[in-house]
Amino acid sequence: MALWTLFGLTSGKATTPWPAGGSDGQDGVLGMPRYNPEACREGCGECAAVCPTHAIEARHNGLFVDYGRCVVCQLCTEACPTGAMEPSNDWALGVRDRDDLVWSNDARRSAAAQPSGRGAFHRSLHIRHVDAGSCNGCESELQGLNNPFYNLHRFGIFFTPSPRFADLLLVTGPVTHPMLEPLKAAYAGMPEPRWVMAVGTCAVSGGIPGGGYACGTGLEGVLPVDLYLPGCPPNPAAIIEALLMFLDRTPQRLRRGHVVG
Amino acid sequence: MNGAQLRSVAAETLAGDAQKLRDAGGRIRFAYAWSPNSDEVEVRYLLALPNRRDFQMWTLKGDRGVPSLARIWPSLGWYEREMTDLYRVRFTDHPEPYPLVLRQGSSTQVNGYDFAERSASSGKAHLPAIDATDVQQLPFGPIRADVLESAEFTFFYVGEHIIHYQPSLFFKHRGMEKRFEGCRTDQAVIVAERVSGVGTVAHALAYCEAVERAAGCEAPVRARALRVLLAELERLYNHLHYLGHLCHTTTLKVGEAQGKLLEERAKQLNARLTGSRFLRSILVPGGLRRDLAPGTWLGEALEGLRVEFVAYVERLEASESHLDRLITTGPLSRRVAFDEGTTGPVERASGLDRDLRRDHPYAHYAELPLVVPILTEGDAYARERIRIAEVEAAFALCQRVLLLLEPGEVRAECAPGPLSEGLGWAEGPRGALFYAVHVGGDGRLARVKIKSPSFSNWRAFPFTVHESNMMDYAINEASFGLTVAGCDR
Repeated sequence: MALWTLFGLTSGKATTPWPAGGSDGQDGVLGMPRYNPEACREGCGECAAVCPTHAIEARHNGLFVDYGRCVVCQLCTEACPTGAMEPSNDWALGVRDRDDLVWSNDARRSAAAQPSGRGAFHRSLHIRHVDAGSCNGCESELQGLNNPFYNLHRFGIFFTPSPRFADLLLVTGPVTHPMLEPLKAAYAGMPEPRWVMAVGTCAVSGGIPGGGYACGTGLEGVLPVDLYLPGCPPNPAAIIEALLMFLDRTPQRLRRGHVVG
Repeated sequence: MNGAQLRSVAAETLAGDAQKLRDAGGRIRFAYAWSPNSDEVEVRYLLALPNRRDFQMWTLKGDRGVPSLARIWPSLGWYEREMTDLYRVRFTDHPEPYPLVLRQGSSTQVNGYDFAERSASSGKAHLPAIDATDVQQLPFGPIRADVLESAEFTFFYVGEHIIHYQPSLFFKHRGMEKRFEGCRTDQAVIVAERVSGVGTVAHALAYCEAVERAAGCEAPVRARALRVLLAELERLYNHLHYLGHLCHTTTLKVGEAQGKLLEERAKQLNARLTGSRFLRSILVPGGLRRDLAPGTWLGEALEGLRVEFVAYVERLEASESHLDRLITTGPLSRRVAFDEGTTGPVERASGLDRDLRRDHPYAHYAELPLVVPILTEGDAYARERIRIAEVEAAFALCQRVLLLLEPGEVRAECAPGPLSEGLGWAEGPRGALFYAVHVGGDGRLARVKIKSPSFSNWRAFPFTVHESNMMDYAINEASFGLTVAGCDR
């Protein structure tokens, strides 16, 4: 055992100081496409034609862009002839209001600084994770949260085995039929106040498997969602940033489809 | 089918043929059903013959009863039950004639019928009737402690001793095969990448190879070499995670932290190379969607990671508390491994010398030196050592590819014609993966069958849990390195 202790001591600190400076560890990670309507050519619709999840639809008054349905496949950025759908590093897309994931001309700054009333949980949040049919990509990144690089515990955020100790139900996957009842039972087992977070595009809107014979289209209409984080899968830094935003420790970066700040 | 030679077989002689194949040392790798037209169902069995690089495929009309082969090839039991669920194929004399991927009574509309009303099988796998007063029954799941995938397990135990163990899977069945249908062949790779997140490259690669065979095209040499690089990078981060998780179960805390830190570094390299920590959005039928520029930085970074890995393994091998928990834990015999169709590092730890990369080369593997480690002990320690050896081999393969990489095209034209068929395969981090692809008359996908490694390995796993003890369970499960998403699809 001594050799591990010695190794641990001599290796120094592996944890990033991020978000207080330092690297977030996501160099080169491609996020969701950035929509530049001024570059968009009327009547083109190439991006909408290739989008596998209808995150982009060509409508008579322009494109309808819903980041809540985006699976980050980059097909639209390859299909777009004019750069209106541009590859970006926008991955920190946690929002409290589902409408903030939908691109809108009217970039109103909605409810920017309203306190959430979660002050008591500011530095102590307990999470129960439920896999409602994910591809295991989201789980892989959630498991990564506790690796030494991200070290989620330093924020006072913990995963807990029982829903009875949990403040936040973190759900991944499109909600397969057999997982619907266990998911509701886990929510019912949580004490008030309780919140729900949809992690990954599947949980937000169904993603690729959504709407098939075996599953639903995410948490919409299943549980009241307080925090949405699309991504396929969202990386650990994105998950941390969304959780901190939820606890009023960092501002929300996406408003009505526009990345601010 | 391009990639496998088709042969029509008769229901009457099927069992005899299967027995003959078994006696000759051959193997049925998987079976699936599809509908060539709206009122016909055909059953297909994929065969691997000893010392043959090509595959064979038996075809059989599935409209009338088909004799079950589950008593000759136990691994086929689940494939047959899935065909009954989704295509209403009736198998006679099946040892477990219950629904598998769908739940009894679920009103699922699949392939034009309502499962609740017209399912071809009923009931559920029964638990053994053990009514001794000191035997306790523990149902566990489908939501399990920690951040884990959903699955339900039932333990019968006395004190620490597990008498019988029965997993109940398919809570996560998403119907992914059906999601391919109607898609364009080039775009459906997005679906393949999302069948099993930590097997993104293996799934995309097997899918692309299947479509390429259907189209009769080949990816350019640079694309094939880069595919090997991507596949081995996927093996790296998976096996590093595996080692960290295994240390978690043996409560070797610093070992866990270090394994998971190395995994994180590997994922960060993935992102720097491709823009995706899971190496998504790169592969496409015909080659790659865009060229990659590994330059010299990737080789240097991988060498740095390798040096740390070697030191990590030395410390693991010197940690008696860790080794004591692994040695003799969860032994899987060669016989059970073979019968249940076990694959990947798990079979290679039980003395089965098979690896698709060597036995049926694809991508650029035929041009590369490949070490396939084999052990015979079949315990958790052997499974760990196989993966350690595979990590070392993966580092060597990556460096070799980087050394040999020549500039060139990365994408060829690939448009499979109407009604073409192709078989693709890949040896993923968890073992053999197959895609059988059928293109419809409109040039879009009509049927895609996915044979995932965990579908086979979950069948073998319970054999190592019966008559074991509770303290070893988590270690044993971690040593198998199973995914639920890949199995359930």
